[in-house]
Amino acid sequence: MDMNLKIVVLAKQVPDTRNVGKDAMKEDGTVNRGALPAIFNPDDLNALEMALEIKDRRKDVEVIVLTMGPGRAADIIREAIFRGADKGYLLTDRKFAGSDTLATSYALYKAVQKINPDLIICGLQAIDGDTAQVGPQIAEKLQFPQVTYVEKLNEADERQLVLTRRLERGIETVKVNLPALITVHASANPCRPKHAKRMLKYKHAHTLSELQDQNRDYTDLFKEHPYLRIEEWNAESVEADESYLGLSGSPTKVKGIESVVLTQKESKRFTDKDQDIDQLMKELLETRVIG
Amino acid sequence: MKNIFVYCEITEEHLIADVSLELLSKGKKLADELHVGLEAVLIGSDLKKAIEQLHYYGVSVIHYAENENLFPYRTLVHAKLVQTLFEQEQPEIALFGATSVGRDLAPRIASALRCGLTADCTSLQIGDHVDERKKETYKNLLYQIRPAFGGNIIATIINPETRPQMATVREGVMKHEPQPVKNTPELKKMNVGVLTSIEEVVTIIHRHIEPPKINLKSAQILIAGGYGMGSKENFAILYELADLLGAEVGGTRAAVDAGFCGHERQIGQTGITVRPKLYIACGISGAVQHRAGMDQSAKIISINTSAQAPINAIADYVVVGDVMKVIPQMIQSYKKQIR
Repeated sequence: MDMNLKIVVLAKQVPDTRNVGKDAMKEDGTVNRGALPAIFNPDDLNALEMALEIKDRRKDVEVIVLTMGPGRAADIIREAIFRGADKGYLLTDRKFAGSDTLATSYALYKAVQKINPDLIICGLQAIDGDTAQVGPQIAEKLQFPQVTYVEKLNEADERQLVLTRRLERGIETVKVNLPALITVHASANPCRPKHAKRMLKYKHAHTLSELQDQNRDYTDLFKEHPYLRIEEWNAESVEADESYLGLSGSPTKVKGIESVVLTQKESKRFTDKDQDIDQLMKELLETRVIG
Repeated sequence: MKNIFVYCEITEEHLIADVSLELLSKGKKLADELHVGLEAVLIGSDLKKAIEQLHYYGVSVIHYAENENLFPYRTLVHAKLVQTLFEQEQPEIALFGATSVGRDLAPRIASALRCGLTADCTSLQIGDHVDERKKETYKNLLYQIRPAFGGNIIATIINPETRPQMATVREGVMKHEPQPVKNTPELKKMNVGVLTSIEEVVTIIHRHIEPPKINLKSAQILIAGGYGMGSKENFAILYELADLLGAEVGGTRAAVDAGFCGHERQIGQTGITVRPKLYIACGISGAVQHRAGMDQSAKIISINTSAQAPINAIADYVVVGDVMKVIPQMIQSYKKQIR
């Protein structure tokens, strides 16, 4: 009997919208996305760590990273491999453009089905949308149970996991039978760093498209070092029904977008001189806003 | 047109969660505008008090399932019940709290019903839509409004074709407004027979839920720190001023992410929405997601080294200066004047 435990970690490359300091803020209070670097979605790193913790405890575990995005998203697959993942797949196709969470979850579901894992681990949410919807939607499509907001892995064997969830006002510990999908909370263990030896070994891991773009000779490279190939999949290779993808597969539509225009309120201005602050506090006390 | 449904979350005390009561208040307004009814979905155990609470929100029907196995919330059983109910009743709109329950349940149902779901809406309105390409007009859609794309814009999302139109909303975003007159909703038992087909693959072993420690929503005065506070240690000065004024301390997402304060204190679109008498914004530049959670405060003071900080535009009082200098000055000045 095959006792291998196959884990898929779902990861996303996102613009770094956290810690938006002054540099990334425009005068009108909006965020300058161009000034934000593309990063490994933070919660997905916690998810990767949880997968690697299972791998630490058992010998027969395979950790596979799956990401959907443009060609440059191969960056986060390499990063995951440097940190300890065994291999990765990039799901990329123009047909995915304009997908809402339902269409995204369909595409990922088709790719996951092809891998056929025992366990799927994803971050609770991605920082560019904060919806936390894609994980549960994939679980529903697979008819897998889901455990969301997971903070801690207590026990893991090939049949079940014991997990602690972080809820608004406390914790809940649950046992779940495999196969299952879990989403990991930001308060879970942070991901281990990139491993120097793995960085050396996998430095040249690329997708075929990346090498073609660089006009590199890939046939010999991949023949000699097959582990350096990051597999690319598209809608066709995961047998996705096109009507469920992209804009046409998305029940939500953007009706309109409005830039945020701040109408200037008439405000009283103060400096940080003592008499100014006294004046401010006096006014607050007199108008009974405080006191 | 069919009715509006609100999934009512049950607390440890077996009462309806605040966020659900807020959604019922909003749902009633939307229902009146559309001339449809408002229906509540109630799943749990020991529901007597919760059902009584629902007499004050203009609810016409309560769909309920009461059984000791139905509390606390578990994904598969609740999802099966709600999905079956929605398949039968075909709601026009379905609203869920953006909580660890609602955010676990709503996407699962949206996926099963293949319908659209918008997370963390900051406003819900009714309006029409003309699809120029299809030459079709859609009347009375739910406008699901939320900041998007890193806060550059406010997006209005619609679900023209699929029903129900589903949305989640954070606690505090909608106002809690019970109806002045009591009514007695019709009670309809949900079909719990569908649960026999569910395998018990998830078991709750242990659960520890604490009563809420801080209540930002009911604080009259809020002092909030942003990334500009610089460190967790610097937040201490905010607590000091808060103690003096009888205020609560909150933070922006950037401050929470940087570890300056706990996430139970986060104010904004993905935190809590507040409407205090006085909001003191300290070292906060004022991203749209943050402003969405506090711009209805009666009075706003902004303390910022930059005179151009976006938050200053919505402030009644602007102090240009370093918070670490200004707050101690405020403390001193207050003590002097209150004597």
